[in-house]
Amino acid sequence: MCLAIPGKIITINNHDHLIKTAMVDFDGITKEVNLTYVPEAEPGDYVIVHVGFAISKLDEEAAKLTFSYLKEME
Amino acid sequence: MKYLSEYRHPDAIKGLVSNIKHSASSPWTIMEICGGQTHNIVKAGIDQALSGTIDLVHGPGCPVCVTPEAKIDAAISISQLDKVIVCSYGDMLRVPGSGQSLLQAKTDGADVRIIYSPMDALEIARKNPHKEVVFFAVGFETTAPANAMPIYLADKEAIGNFSVIVSHVLVPPAMRAILSNRDCKIQGFLAAGHVCTVTGLEEYHELAQEFSIPIVVTGFEPVDILEGISRCVNMLESKTCGVHNQYARSVRENGNASARKMIAEVFAVTDMDWRGMGMIPGSGLALKGPYSRFDAEARFNTQSRPPSNVSDCHAGEVLQGLLKPSACPHFARTCHPETPLGAPMVSAEGACSAFYQYSRRSSH
Ligand code: SF4
Repeated sequence: MCLAIPGKIITINNHDHLIKTAMVDFDGITKEVNLTYVPEAEPGDYVIVHVGFAISKLDEEAAKLTFSYLKEME
Repeated sequence: MKYLSEYRHPDAIKGLVSNIKHSASSPWTIMEICGGQTHNIVKAGIDQALSGTIDLVHGPGCPVCVTPEAKIDAAISISQLDKVIVCSYGDMLRVPGSGQSLLQAKTDGADVRIIYSPMDALEIARKNPHKEVVFFAVGFETTAPANAMPIYLADKEAIGNFSVIVSHVLVPPAMRAILSNRDCKIQGFLAAGHVCTVTGLEEYHELAQEFSIPIVVTGFEPVDILEGISRCVNMLESKTCGVHNQYARSVRENGNASARKMIAEVFAVTDMDWRGMGMIPGSGLALKGPYSRFDAEARFNTQSRPPSNVSDCHAGEVLQGLLKPSACPHFARTCHPETPLGAPMVSAEGACSAFYQYSRRSSH
């Protein structure tokens, strides 16, 4: 139940600050996700989603660190 | 899929495995906290690939596994009352309390529903004003902001027929309990990336200093886990301690501020009884202040009693990394996913279930 997975925001549905939601694409499956805790996320952003709530916006620059680490090792 | 396939790439996995084997001068013992990581480690065969170099021990990071029998018993007894609907996550339904599971109660006629999001429970309450809707809210810090939201909204919207059984656990106090055990052999930790996404790293810095231990906050894909191990090995080899953030694409130093604010709004820290591990001070969350009126156990006056039948399950040792699931005398003999003796064999994130599904060929 602790599973949290990345998905891509397609559209923002609701702009009420308490129940801001978005349609998020998980590799072909689209679901409505609560964006209350990641209000800055916009269409095109990737978010980590857990039990219907986005808990973070993925940071592309930070993601590159893993790949520079892999390069360093070579 | 972006942020997935690149972290499962076979070449990257191979490179990291050989790097770890090359840099480890002694067989280090590293614990991963999260059950999701345990599953991916066993599924991808990372423990086998590193066997002899790194001893990976599996931690208590399965919220369903550590939910005490008494809470499950309370949920079952509430589900048997008239005009009550009990909702929880799918995994939680299958774990037995001291006798039955919620799933058995459902089969016997109780209205027990599986939900995907805690907001579903509130929606069921809105749609069923003549019934009492009880949400069995379990989880670690990752789930706490989500579970807090329907409680916060029920208060705002004055929804009177909604209540919760809260069984929330916190990771750092459990790490402290594990490290304080005299038999503890753990030399480094992979901390759970999604827990830290919510909480940030403050308590982990404290733990690293207090126990002079390296902690690498780690993601969930095979490349994440191997990079986490590699960074942990580097710290062990250079005799440094502290916190390293491998999962920086999701984890920020201060966590998620609005999620933390919501947790603090609805919940207060409390002592918590962990199934198999016992009472750990300050390791749980309870409803606080005006939100206490949503406490289902008080509303329905359920008395928690000590478990009636003490089972022979070794979950306590497994959850603390003192016993490998396959070394449990019951593993795959009297204990199977269909006839589990304990929660770690039931839950999709339990270490025993992970070993049963993925690694029995090699352990037998
Ligand atoms: S194998 Fe079964 S009995 Fe042994 S610790 Fe795991 S769940 Fe408990």
